[in-house]
Amino acid sequence: MSTNTPYTTIIGLEVHVQLMTRTKLFCGCSTKFGGAPNTQVCPTCLGLPGSLPVMNRQAFDLALRAALALECTIAPFTKWDRKNYFYPDLPKGYQISQFDLPFSSDGFLEVVDPKGAFEPRRVGIVRVHLEEDAGKSMHDDAAGTGDTRIDLNRAGTPLCEIVTQPDLRSPQEARAWLNELKLLLVYLGVSDCNMQEGSLRVDANVNLHIPVPATAGAEARIAKTPIVEIKNMNSFRSVERALTYEAARQWEEWQATKAEMGKTPKQTRGWDDPAGITRAQRHKEESSDYRYFPEPDLVPVTVTAERIQSIRGGMGEPPVSLRKTLASQWQISAYDADVLVNQGRELVDYFEDLATRVGEGKVASNWMQQDVLRILNETNGTVSAFPVRPAGLADLIGRVKKGDFDTSRAREIFAEMVTSGRPVDDVVAGMGISAVSDDDVIALCRELLAANPKIVADVKSGKEQAAAGLIGQAKKKNANVNPGKVRAICLDLIREMG
Amino acid sequence: MQPLEMSAVDLVAALRQGDITAVECATVFLDRIEATNGSINAFLAVDREGALARAADIDARRKAGKPVGPLAGLPVALKDVLCTADMPTTCASKMLAGFRPPYDADVVARLRRADAVFVGKTNMDEFAMGGSNENSAFGPVRNPWDLSRAPGGSSGGSAACVAADMAPVAIGSDTGGSIRQPAGLCGITGLKPTYGRVSRRGLIAFASSLDQIGPMARSAADCALIMETIAGHDPGDSTSLAVDVPRYTDLIDKPLTGVRIGRVPEHFAAGLDPEVAKGVEEAFAVLMAAGATVHDVQLPHAKYGIPTYYLIAPCEASSNLARYDGAHYGHRAEPGKGHRAEAGGQRSAGQAGGFESPLVEMYCRSRAEGFGPEVKRRIMLGTYALSAGYYDAYYAKALRVRRLIRQDYLDAFQTVDLIGGPVSATPAFKLGEKTDDPLAMYLVDLYTVGTNLAGVGGISFPCGFTKSGLPIGFQLQAPPLAEPLLLQAADRFQRLTDWHRRRPQAMEGGKA
Repeated sequence: MSTNTPYTTIIGLEVHVQLMTRTKLFCGCSTKFGGAPNTQVCPTCLGLPGSLPVMNRQAFDLALRAALALECTIAPFTKWDRKNYFYPDLPKGYQISQFDLPFSSDGFLEVVDPKGAFEPRRVGIVRVHLEEDAGKSMHDDAAGTGDTRIDLNRAGTPLCEIVTQPDLRSPQEARAWLNELKLLLVYLGVSDCNMQEGSLRVDANVNLHIPVPATAGAEARIAKTPIVEIKNMNSFRSVERALTYEAARQWEEWQATKAEMGKTPKQTRGWDDPAGITRAQRHKEESSDYRYFPEPDLVPVTVTAERIQSIRGGMGEPPVSLRKTLASQWQISAYDADVLVNQGRELVDYFEDLATRVGEGKVASNWMQQDVLRILNETNGTVSAFPVRPAGLADLIGRVKKGDFDTSRAREIFAEMVTSGRPVDDVVAGMGISAVSDDDVIALCRELLAANPKIVADVKSGKEQAAAGLIGQAKKKNANVNPGKVRAICLDLIREMG
Repeated sequence: MQPLEMSAVDLVAALRQGDITAVECATVFLDRIEATNGSINAFLAVDREGALARAADIDARRKAGKPVGPLAGLPVALKDVLCTADMPTTCASKMLAGFRPPYDADVVARLRRADAVFVGKTNMDEFAMGGSNENSAFGPVRNPWDLSRAPGGSSGGSAACVAADMAPVAIGSDTGGSIRQPAGLCGITGLKPTYGRVSRRGLIAFASSLDQIGPMARSAADCALIMETIAGHDPGDSTSLAVDVPRYTDLIDKPLTGVRIGRVPEHFAAGLDPEVAKGVEEAFAVLMAAGATVHDVQLPHAKYGIPTYYLIAPCEASSNLARYDGAHYGHRAEPGKGHRAEAGGQRSAGQAGGFESPLVEMYCRSRAEGFGPEVKRRIMLGTYALSAGYYDAYYAKALRVRRLIRQDYLDAFQTVDLIGGPVSATPAFKLGEKTDDPLAMYLVDLYTVGTNLAGVGGISFPCGFTKSGLPIGFQLQAPPLAEPLLLQAADRFQRLTDWHRRRPQAMEGGKA
């Protein structure tokens, strides 16, 4: 982190997310992942002669939703441009993108670490624009023949490109911010952000700002190392690792060469995950001129205030405000609200249902964090498939509040509910658990006090914690007794004994 | 019955009335093509079998009392820039030799649904770039009026095949005059509709913002008939206009009383052939006799038409033609000697005979071999003009001038209903006459590019002949979507003259 280093790390990100549309941006082909190569193609996405693009309105609406959630300004008039370059996975020889008039610009997304690992950071968004994806080239190295195979199923898939200001100050911040962005986009239903399937891709620009003390004849100043663009990072963890590596590498390079920004062209380096290093890339786009010009096959898009209003109306609450809503509405800590919200919309819905039924946020939140989430993590499960629904769990919590059984006993019952999928009563009956009457508890306590004069004496002399020994014995005699109740009654009886 | 001499309107009526069967009709034209095409080279592909099968099917349906389309049995020739699922589509380029698209262009599909019978694909300048049809990779088309002369271009095959009675109707495309100029030089009628009136889907793009498909036939009435089938909104072409298609054939038979026709004095400046000037002036006189009035109008920015056009069109073309890279379809160069592709298509510069990678070598050699010189010239012009540092000076400025040119037209149409004038400065020129002088060749579009830059419609039809027997063309231009008026004026002219009925004698006997 910058506070521990003799330099400040300056990071900007460029994120591509695939929009969750059924069909491609400019044709009716399916965007489904994993189809046999070149089966989801048509003349348009194959770039056949004479084919023409037609804009997918749903893609534009999803992109608008993302831009609005990122607090961007929406351009009332936007157009498409062609980005020209030759590559075998780009069948038209140009990509339809947006150049000088992106549909949105100038937004931000804030990231806050609930544990305060870094200061809350508001990261500026330079622009969000819409473009079509290219196909996939698979270089058949193993065959030794040098064949490159092209799969154009992905060609024409709608992508949102999100470009940040260089506002991030550490690799940890970058990772946290990406998590927040992903959470937002998933909440909005804009993208599934699945990095393994390529629906979220990140490139990072990084350099160092190094304070150079004043010397004779030179004032103190900030030296800036050359900006490096890092590619090939396939998880947020790799982003953090790559940035950490790259910052250290630039620091070493600075010490050796004193090379500053502006004297060399921007370098592109690829992240080698197994080796844990970045390597300089000879890049296809190196010093290329994309010859952007307005796409004559498409008409400009105008976005009305009504359309923006209607998109906003259907957006749902974004994570940043949902955290505050949960914390204030259910009286839970900011940290707890953060944990719940970060698990996704479905878990929040589960929690709110549960809290409403239980009538108390704190208890519901504790059960969510300590039990539901723990089991979901252990089983790699999803909330939607979780066998105990909020009604069942609320039932169990109600019984605990009534004093039917203690929390640890309830946990056992809960575990059995999860495994068997049966309701509380069934499980309780099956486990031979029944509520113990107060008279029975008192009788049991008297028996225990009689059998443990040493504990009684200790308690009388002021060591109340000695009563714990009684609880263990009570549980052995009757597994269904409530330990809290046993303790309270025993203490009462000892006091009565004078 | 002489089908070769009949108008499309009359042929369709004769077919409907059973005076001739579709098979008989197709056979007459196919035989004519067989006898004549050797000397004209108007067709790149003739689909005798397909046409006869199609005609037989139409005859059978008609005989059985089943419904048939409005053009049932009418032979139609298609410029080879239009995608056809059942015939090769080459754009007269080696790059696409033998290429078969998996789909029909929208106009082709519409004509098919109307039960037109496609006789074949017509020759053209490669990728529609040219004004003489000499840029075809498969040899030039010869002008039926004088086989030593060019038919004009780029729709030279479509114009020549109609002029030589090989088809009553052909479909062309017009980016800077490619329908009107060859129509003028071949003595036929050609309509370039308003941009967006006819879908471009399946038209292999040259310059997307300028390209427009239109009919080429012997008369305005025939063009009107075809327009009723090919015009209309296509949701598959974002630039096509969602405007209802009028019944052109019902609208054209009206007097020209009170129609104001503009005349641009600059059109008659130096460079206009005196015989052409005389023919054009006489055409104005005919239109006035028909009730129209003639008024001088100004198109102040018209003089920038050619440079503007020759920036915008090549810029778009350089991008539109990027897809012909040998990777997915079309011509791919054979690997060179000592060529060994390496993984990823990457290797260091200096290898592979100076190419930076085998991939780049494949691109370069495929495009070098597949494209002809004029196509390469325009790709280079466009690539240069779009490059960083030049974009503002060339492309961006051309777009601004284009807007001024369009505004000139809209202003002029405040005071006149049509603008008349020559189509070309000269009658048909000799084959080879301009091939060494690209600039002279570009100037053949002088009177036609404005229509495309403005996005309006224009029609060209014969208005006389030179002493040596070459057709002279007259052009009318109209405001957006005023095709009915264009067709009405041309039709009225053709009711008062017989220039459009004249037939070339040059290739009588079938050989030049």
